[in-house]
Amino acid sequence: MDKVIIAENLSLSYKEFESIISKANFSIDAGSFVFITGASGSGKSTLLKSFYGAIAPRAGQLMVGGVKMNKISTSKLNFLRRHIGVVFQDYKLIKEWTIEKNVMLPLIISGYTKDVSGSQVQKLLGHVKLIHQAGKYPPELSGGEQQRVAMARALAHNPILILADEPTGNLDEYSSQVIWNLLEGANTQLKTTIIVVTHHIPSEITVPYKHYHIELGNIHEVS
Amino acid sequence: MKSLKNHLSLIVALFTVLFAVQIYVAVDRTIAAYETHLKNDYSIIVVSNKAFTPVEFKAMDTLIDRSEAIATDQVLDRLQGEMTKKNLDLLKLTLPKFYRLYLNRFPTPSEIQNLQKRLQKNPAIVRVEGYAQTHDTVYKLMLLFKDVVQVFSIAIAAVTSLLILKEMRLWQFQHSERMSIMALFGAPVWLRSAVLFRLAIVDAIIATGILCLTFFIIAEYGWMDILLQTVGIKIELFNFIDDSLRSLLIALGVSIVLTLTIVIGNEEEE
Repeated sequence: MDKVIIAENLSLSYKEFESIISKANFSIDAGSFVFITGASGSGKSTLLKSFYGAIAPRAGQLMVGGVKMNKISTSKLNFLRRHIGVVFQDYKLIKEWTIEKNVMLPLIISGYTKDVSGSQVQKLLGHVKLIHQAGKYPPELSGGEQQRVAMARALAHNPILILADEPTGNLDEYSSQVIWNLLEGANTQLKTTIIVVTHHIPSEITVPYKHYHIELGNIHEVS
Repeated sequence: MKSLKNHLSLIVALFTVLFAVQIYVAVDRTIAAYETHLKNDYSIIVVSNKAFTPVEFKAMDTLIDRSEAIATDQVLDRLQGEMTKKNLDLLKLTLPKFYRLYLNRFPTPSEIQNLQKRLQKNPAIVRVEGYAQTHDTVYKLMLLFKDVVQVFSIAIAAVTSLLILKEMRLWQFQHSERMSIMALFGAPVWLRSAVLFRLAIVDAIIATGILCLTFFIIAEYGWMDILLQTVGIKIELFNFIDDSLRSLLIALGVSIVLTLTIVIGNEEEE
């Protein structure tokens, strides 16, 4: 099976702190559903950031989608990011853009025509049950609704990999269910690799998944 | 509303820069026109023992544009009743030649002094009158006016630069979040900053439009024309082709530099 992520002796750190992740060795199969758990401050969000190039490896090697992340050029990083969907805990929606335009963002970046992106956005907004909110702006929506918009945006360009950082952290039950359903749907129907960073693995999950746990800077496979 | 306020801040700042530049240009034109006016009126009187041709005068100094002989007949006619014909003929023979020299530009006081010295080196020239004191007063007044306008323009430019700098920081703060989000989804720099460039270009065009309108109103009502006519000059306060094109280029230059600063600043933050 193809590997979408390969880490060899991977060490990650910020300038201020030393080795958040230390000499990690793991790989993630394409099309798999992966949970990464750990206590607060254990480095799970940092690890996720390294997957989309927001933090560079301090030592070791990291390959994402066949692209070496050590000293990656801006153009290569942009190219890689155009094939990744990211869901952030704080949503990261553009406040001055409508919901419809926010979902359209990856399609605009990838250069899709208005017709194609328009119909794709309508379909996705239907999936996240927000079609009636398309013309509204993010601050007009609840936290759960904003996260559903972020989810639709992450799926818009049919990415090969979706990275989700605590996607249901502060959400109500209904929004959480919509998010998990969408992630499961993308994984089973589109064979998209899903990597979720979370404190606890939700009970709603029905698809087979892999579980990695981070403790004291070490990553080990749980199941 | 907030967006309109942001637009207005940049438009006003750009308009102020353009207005200061245009005022400086207009003052420069006024001074140039006044110099021409002074040059036409200004001349040097030369008294010589022998006759000089205009070509000979021109060869003496490059500053000399043309010369004309001052006719003495009028003065001699007045003396006809008081002197005998013999004495008058003798006077005619011994009377020196008088010339008025016109210059090709309005000279500085030192240029006048040098010209006087050069002319006086010729043994046939007995006297040169440069009206130095009158010239000096007018010239110093003009220099003072030029300096005052220059200081005024620099002051306006400095204040406006601070305004633009403040506006730049605001823009950077406002747009950095959106640009970082776009970067997370792989947007290249040009796409991330496309909106900023569009806004900057639109604001530059609007600011230039307002400047053209302002000067059109000033020209239409003729306030400045009346003012300038009192000193005997007429200038084109605003050339709608040259000046609007220059203003547009300045506004675009300033706003594009501003946008580039924001974009580069944002790149460094990432």
